[in-house]
Parts: sequence; structure tokens; C-alpha cells
Amino acid sequence: MSTVEIRNLHKYFGKLEVLKGIDFKVASGQVVCVIGPSGSGKSTLLRCVNLLEQPTSGQVFVDGIELTHPDVDIDAARRRLGMVFQQFNLFPHLTVLRNVTIAQERVLKRNRSEAERVARENLERVGLAEKADSYPAQLSGGQQQRVAIARALAMSPSLMLFDEPTSALDPELVGDVLKVMRTLAQEGMTMLVVTHEMGFAREVADRVVFMDGGVIVEDGPPKQVIGDPRHERTRAFLSRVLNPDQVS
Amino acid sequence: MSEPSSSPTLTAAPPGGLSPRRRQQLSRGVQYAILVVVIAVIALLADWREISKSFFNFTVAGEGMPALFTVALRNTVIYTLSGFVLGFALGLVLALMRQSSVAPYRWISAAYVEVFRGLPALLIFLMIGSGLPLAFPELTLPGDVYGKAALGLGLVSAAYMAETFRAGLQAVPKGQMEAARSLGMPYMRAMVSIVIPQAIRIVIPPLTNELVLLFKDSSLVLFLGVTAAQVELAKFGNDQASTFANPTPILVSGLTYLIITIPLGYVARRLEARKGAHR
Repeated sequence: MSTVEIRNLHKYFGKLEVLKGIDFKVASGQVVCVIGPSGSGKSTLLRCVNLLEQPTSGQVFVDGIELTHPDVDIDAARRRLGMVFQQFNLFPHLTVLRNVTIAQERVLKRNRSEAERVARENLERVGLAEKADSYPAQLSGGQQQRVAIARALAMSPSLMLFDEPTSALDPELVGDVLKVMRTLAQEGMTMLVVTHEMGFAREVADRVVFMDGGVIVEDGPPKQVIGDPRHERTRAFLSRVLNPDQVS
Repeated sequence: MSEPSSSPTLTAAPPGGLSPRRRQQLSRGVQYAILVVVIAVIALLADWREISKSFFNFTVAGEGMPALFTVALRNTVIYTLSGFVLGFALGLVLALMRQSSVAPYRWISAAYVEVFRGLPALLIFLMIGSGLPLAFPELTLPGDVYGKAALGLGLVSAAYMAETFRAGLQAVPKGQMEAARSLGMPYMRAMVSIVIPQAIRIVIPPLTNELVLLFKDSSLVLFLGVTAAQVELAKFGNDQASTFANPTPILVSGLTYLIITIPLGYVARRLEARKGAHR
């Protein structure tokens, strides 16, 4: 069964058509990386999956439930979807522990001790158990992003969405975050990852989707899409990303 | 300009005038001279004996003594705080309405802010004092004058606080709401748990200034018609001044205001500076 299915998705910002009819599925347990130049619509696609952006037309299904249906309780549906942002978006006025417990208590109605137990488990998972009582501002970017992953995981999502999770990080901090994501993938988490990390995509992804100009240009196993792209646009993009020093 | 140079033409005075530094010295000297003259004129014109008798009459000041604090200051604080609480709550609601996706909410909020910022606070108090009983004969506010005072100060300050809260809410990054929503929180839950606490932290310094303004505006309560037990600082000073035919109590009231407003203003500036250092 597919965890995510998108049918003929269109998204306009004003008159600008950002997504021009996307059809696309993520099977349960799959890791799918979406790559493409900036402005290609890949982040918008990701944000349409949990309806942070309202699609102009088309359908989004998660676990067989149509999120775009007017009768769907979107808040309930979003609980199945963990989201990790480029800018982390931790809650700066709350401790790390509280960042991870607040939605469990307010949304899942877990009691405080249960929520804290789950929170500590997930902080352990991302290697930050000892930072539970710190505030986000006291952590490095990489640590903040790992807390953000723990915060999403604490809601027991069936799918994790990553929106360029390492793009705002200093290069030396990228590795820790990717390591956590790699472990998650190995544990069988379904993941949809917008990224520029080609090494990660090649190694971890079951499928790589290349987007350009609001359409999916190429979709297949990483060996094919990154290793042996069929389309000229994919090739041009990859050569720019993989050899940034070369002047084309 | 500041380049060190051994060129003699630069160190010499410009032709036909003083160097800029000399001119500044001269101008400052003139300013000091004017200041001294103004002070001297005021000092000579004033009737010092009368001033010390009228404004620094310790016997008269002593007459109002426990009541100045136990009644007048106490009432002033009560009026101010109750007005502040009401203005805070109403201002926050108005700020949220201003952001609402429901257009009529936005209109109501905008209209409210324009009207109550545009009217003199005194006029609002006169309306509450004489208009409210006519319009709503059945309505009795809790605590009578205390209720009316809280309403008047709350209605006025809500308009200013709404604008302050609006700025605070807008200063919270959009990603905070998105993160909260993506964790499954409904809009209002996310507002209450995530966005509003951060917005309030941002607006604490301007809200402290608003508290100072309200403290002074509480003097308008006298237009509601108050009994001796309900009197606040300004009216207290004025009443005492008429009783003893001596304006010392007005000065004493003024000093009592300053005891509160100067430290509060200082706190507001400190909070402002600390926020600047943090962000």
C-alpha cells in the first residue's frame, strides 16, 4: 500500500504555476529523495503533502485518506506526518524536552510522564538525551535539527517529510543529521526528503525524483537517476551540483 | 579630514573666519550664557517666600499623610491595574481578530482601533460617566466606579495594546506556526501554546510603557464622580489643595506619581535594552 499518493496536483501562487500536474506515490517503508534546482517546486510539493500549502487542484492521499477532501480533519491527518524544516523551527521559549512533549500532550492527550518518557526515548534516538533541559538557542544548528527530528518522531508518524534538512547547517554539522536520517531509513521509516545531498540520496534513497519547472522530469532508483540520467535537464543539473567548480 | 598632515595650510584658520572647532566652542559658550540668563530671570521673577509657603508647606502635606498612600495611591493602582488587565485581554483579542481570515473580524478590529485611538480618553470617560447609564439602564458594573474606571481605561488602552500585540504577533517567525500546525495542533491551540507566548515576550517593553501611560490616565477617573473613599492621586491632591487653600498637596501627588512612573520607565528601558542584546 502506498503511504503517499498524489494525483494530478497543481499549485498556483497568484498567476505563477509552481506545480504543473504532479502524479506520484511513495510506498510504505520507502525512502524517496526529491532533487532539483531551486524554484523547481520540490519544497512546494512537500508542503502540499501535509497541506501547509493548499493545493490549487488535485488530490493528496496519506494512508489512503484523502487530505484534500473538504470533510477531512486536517489536524488529525497531520499527526500521521512528521515534518522537518530547513530552519528547524524549534520553539525557542521552551526547553528541548518541552519542545518534544508539548504536542504529545496537547494533541495526542498523553499525560506528562508518558510524554516525557516518549520524548526522552526519541532524544536518545537522535543522540541528544543529555540536552533535554537546554533551550534551543544553546544548541548548535545540527543539534537543533536533531531535536526537531525527535519532536516529529515523538508523534509516531507513519511518514516523515524533510524539507532541505541540512541546507541551513554549517558543513561540519551536516553529517550528524544525515546519520540520524540514515538510521531512521534503516529502521523502515517512510521518508520523503527534499535535499541537495547527492551522497545521501545515492546511498539511502530507494527512489530519486528529479523535478524541474514544476514537473517531475525523472523518477527511478538512484543508480539510474543520479548515476545514469536519461534526460538532458537532469544531466545538466547533476553536473552543476556534483562539480560546482566547473564553469558550464 | 582626520588624515594627519603636516601641511601648514590645513592647520591654519580658514581665511576670514574661525575653524569649525573654534566656532563650536563659541556657540556652546553662547548657549550656556543664555541658559544662565533664563534661570536668573526666572529666579528673580519668582516670589520665593510665597513659593515655599504654598508649595512646600509641610504642615499641609502632613495633613494628607496616611490617606495619600492608603487611599489615593491604592485607588490609583487599582484603577490602573484593572484597566490594564482589561485592556490586555481586549487588545489581544483585537490583535487576533486583525489577523483573522474572517474579513468582518478584521474590519471590526481596525475600526475599533481607529475610533478609540482617535478619541481623547477624557471623552470616553465622560461617555461612560453619563452616557452608559442612559444607554444601558439595567447595567450595573461590578464595583460601580471601579468597574467604570476599569472599563474606561481598558477600552482606551485596548486600542493601543492591540497595535502593540499585532506587531508582536507579526514578529514571531511564520515557521513557528507552521511547525505547530504540522505537529497536528489546531490554529487556536498553536496560537495559544506557541505564538502568543513568544509575542508577549517581544512586547513586554512597550506594554510596560503602556502601563505608565495608564497610570497617569487613571487621573481621568475623577470625571466619573467619585466618593472620598474612591479618590485617586490627582483628585486627592486637588481636594486637599482646596481644603487647605494651599497647593502643596498637588505637588505631593505629583511626586507620588513620579515614585511609580520613573522606576517603571526605567524598567521598560532596561527590558528594551536586554531584548536588543538578545536578538
